[in-house]
Amino acid sequence: MNAANTLTPAVTQGRPPSGGRVRSGRRVADRTLRIACTLATLLGAVVLGSILLMLIIEGLRGFSATLLTQPTPGPGSEGGGIANAVLGSLVLTFIGIVVATPIGVMAGTYLAEYGRGSKLADVIRFLNDVLLSAPSILIGLFVYTLMVRPMGSYSGWAGGVALAIIATPVIVRTTEDMLRLVPGSLREAGAALGAPPSRVIMSVTWRAASAGIVTGVILALARIAGETAPLLFTALNNNSWFSANLMGGIANLPVMIYQFALSPYPNWQGLAWAGALLITVAILALSMVARLVVKSERAR
Amino acid sequence: MSASPAVSAQLSGRSQANANAPVRIAVKNLDFYYGSFHGLKNVNLNFHDRQVTALIGPSGCGKSTLLRTFNRIYSLYPEQRADGEILLDGQNILDPKVDLNELRARVGMVFQKPTPFPMSIYDNVAFGLRLYERLPKADLDLRVEESLRKAALWDEVKDKLKQSGMGLSGGQQQRLCIARTVAQRPEVILFDEPTSALDPISTGRIEELIEQLRDEFTIAIVTHNMQQAARISQFTAFMYLGELVEFGPTTRIFMNPEKRQTQDYITGRFG
Repeated sequence: MNAANTLTPAVTQGRPPSGGRVRSGRRVADRTLRIACTLATLLGAVVLGSILLMLIIEGLRGFSATLLTQPTPGPGSEGGGIANAVLGSLVLTFIGIVVATPIGVMAGTYLAEYGRGSKLADVIRFLNDVLLSAPSILIGLFVYTLMVRPMGSYSGWAGGVALAIIATPVIVRTTEDMLRLVPGSLREAGAALGAPPSRVIMSVTWRAASAGIVTGVILALARIAGETAPLLFTALNNNSWFSANLMGGIANLPVMIYQFALSPYPNWQGLAWAGALLITVAILALSMVARLVVKSERAR
Repeated sequence: MSASPAVSAQLSGRSQANANAPVRIAVKNLDFYYGSFHGLKNVNLNFHDRQVTALIGPSGCGKSTLLRTFNRIYSLYPEQRADGEILLDGQNILDPKVDLNELRARVGMVFQKPTPFPMSIYDNVAFGLRLYERLPKADLDLRVEESLRKAALWDEVKDKLKQSGMGLSGGQQQRLCIARTVAQRPEVILFDEPTSALDPISTGRIEELIEQLRDEFTIAIVTHNMQQAARISQFTAFMYLGELVEFGPTTRIFMNPEKRQTQDYITGRFG
């Protein structure tokens, strides 16, 4: 009864005063903000668009029939391709992600499920965030000291490990974030059926967060596919056809692009552009797959 | 003055309390703490075998807290603890030596929001069965069907057992959760406001279901809805500020309460 009586005056009081000046002032502020935001967006899009445009034009010019069938050419020789670098990049990225995924998912699970409120988890989370934003060249130097120097040569293994160190904190972070989004009621429901925590995590929470975790892994993959600095100190390069020898230096796209783009040979520069286009397209494809995974999960 | 006409109308034509039924759960001198907050104060209460006992009271009175001690689900949270005794068939389940997973197989729980797991309808129901029993496929199929039938869901899902449980409607999801609980053949089922997230039709079906489940299980239900308590329970406990104010057969609690606070609550004067 009381509520009904007080309702009417409250609504009237809530109405804005009908003065025209206040309104026009708001309208100007609204329009200014909208124009500023639109301009900023356009600026960003133009810069990004011109980079992409240049990449596509120059990259397509560098394409040739032998691009994916021949290894990188020697200095001064004509033709050639980047097949060894493509294959090397695939192998290095594969090693990186295979090493990083279990470690990252497990650590993220610890942070979200077992380590709630514990000091150790807070320390690990902080260190992980530091690692997440550490300059990648530092990680290259670290692996150089740890593996390349003692082993006496640049190697594919060292490159894979460096990429794994870069991918791990990304996966830890996304896994923890995604697991935290799983409602606590689901964990309670699992426990209420008599399931031990390990069972609840493996069959319920991981499953509920699976799309997010997979997306995190794909984004980590996209991140390490284009990393250059850590590979300069670890895998370096190898001009010969891929030899499946991970104990020696191994060709890869980022370092190939870095070296060939700075070279005086026009055909090398063309190959660098083509490689850059290839990496960009691959990363774009990975990001799209990640979006599709999220979308299909939402549709379910 | 006793309960409002709307509530007392629900009392007719329902099965009466059987105070001679054996005691399934005996709560003795139970205190509960959330950190330093004293959530339950010296609660003493008996739950009778194959009877529905409703826990009512205003928000924050401790009714859900009490329910959550019976399967010790609160122990997921380190800052929560219970003192006193809760005897399930004479055994004190607050004893640290009690196997929690075994306890939870004996005391099932259905939550306020439906909580289907992200897996198929079949796997949802089989989840609890696969934990501790190694059943051959044919037996498992039978148990899943039997449980879905008991939860009055079989006819709606029998052709789509392989589909995700998340795709069902809210009311169906809640019945799926009941099926999942029933599948373990518990002795006691705890319902924590099982219909507060559901529409009236789904609510009606769940209430009918609880009435049927009473043949086999001892049931404790927390509800905000006094008409619901009057409709489906044989015993009612009224709680206020962490204390058990009054307990007795539902008809008496609603028609002839002894305590002033109970009277005020059921007549809608507060809460």
